[in-house]
Amino acid sequence: MWPERRGRPAPAADGVRRRVTAVRIPPVLRPQVGNEKQVDAAGATVGEVLGDLVARHPALHEQLLTADGSLHRFVNVYLNGQDVRYLDDLATPVGEHDTLIILPAMAGGS
Amino acid sequence: MTLGSSRYASLLEAIGHTPLVEIPRFSPNPGVRLLVKLEGANPTGSVKDRVALYLVRSLEESGRLGSDSIVLEPSSGNTGISLAMICRLRGRPLTVVMPANVTRERRQLLEIYGAQIVDSPAETGSNGAVRLARSMAASDPRYVMADQYANPANPAAHYETTGPEIVAACPELDVFVAGLGTGGTLMGVGRRLREHNPNVRVYAAEPMPGELVQGLRSLDEGFVPEIFDAQAVDGRFLVSTAESIAALRRVTATEGIFAGVSSGGVLVVAEKLARQMQSGTIVALLADGGWKYLSEDVWSRDLEDESLESLSLW
Repeated sequence: MWPERRGRPAPAADGVRRRVTAVRIPPVLRPQVGNEKQVDAAGATVGEVLGDLVARHPALHEQLLTADGSLHRFVNVYLNGQDVRYLDDLATPVGEHDTLIILPAMAGGS
Repeated sequence: MTLGSSRYASLLEAIGHTPLVEIPRFSPNPGVRLLVKLEGANPTGSVKDRVALYLVRSLEESGRLGSDSIVLEPSSGNTGISLAMICRLRGRPLTVVMPANVTRERRQLLEIYGAQIVDSPAETGSNGAVRLARSMAASDPRYVMADQYANPANPAAHYETTGPEIVAACPELDVFVAGLGTGGTLMGVGRRLREHNPNVRVYAAEPMPGELVQGLRSLDEGFVPEIFDAQAVDGRFLVSTAESIAALRRVTATEGIFAGVSSGGVLVVAEKLARQMQSGTIVALLADGGWKYLSEDVWSRDLEDESLESLSLW
């Protein structure tokens, strides 16, 4: 029914140009990134991209990540619209043309 | 046309028994069969009739309803409307806390059924409505919350009615897709489907929240419904309002189906999955009909129009 899972291309080796991914920032976190709506961050996985993001904007660190380095319970991160918790979480590979969206956990319409 | 019509002793018994319809012209993959469960066929026009009936029964059985009790619920519309119909039949007063930016039709329907409406600020979305309702319940003992986000009666309604209807009509299904609001549909139907076939996969479509309805002061105001267990779904997709509406227009054009905006989001996810699959059967639950969205010109307006994202259409 489902095709075999095709692996994404392997992360670039050291020395190769680092991948830069666009990261969309929700209104509630914009004060921590100079009020930007979207920022660039580099990395071959979701975890690396978020690591680069919090290195550049340290005030984001405790908002996004818990002490053990996992995603905060009220933060959802989507790679091209898909919740990364259902992919490989922080280990999910990220390509150059991918977009990461960070959103607070919200109650849905009901 | 097959002849067959049921007789019910009350409108409450007419809840559920909704049609499951195949939509081959909409499926992007001829190897994948796509069916939709039309919940707009419920008495007040949405899947929430099933939930509201179970919520009210759970309150009645809990013994929490006294002679001066008022049923209270935060709702962006559909649950409120369903509760209003049922509370009317039961002779119970109802107060609904609703974000101020919902469509006119929802407000009108609540008024027709005689519910009291309390507006919560549009910019705090459903989170704000939940917060306001919970604080009202904490400060006035007459209020008794039905609490669809936390009450196990919500997933139970789907486990006991929606799920069995799908299994009976389409035992061969491989994938189920529904919108994520409270998580009740995904949890209840998902559990029933996996008892039938443990390999069934369950996917959630959720709305991309517009900039203007994300007025949280901090992430600590985030909200995950108590009844939602993230482990019980296989994937979760964000869908923008514009994408949802584009899919709605396509399903109306190809299959004649007239559904609400969240149904468009569910169809976007069903299409995505159908493209990834080689073969199989997908059932998508369309939570309501298009009627309550007519005032927003959903079928004709410009999808580039940025004000679209500020409306509460799910």
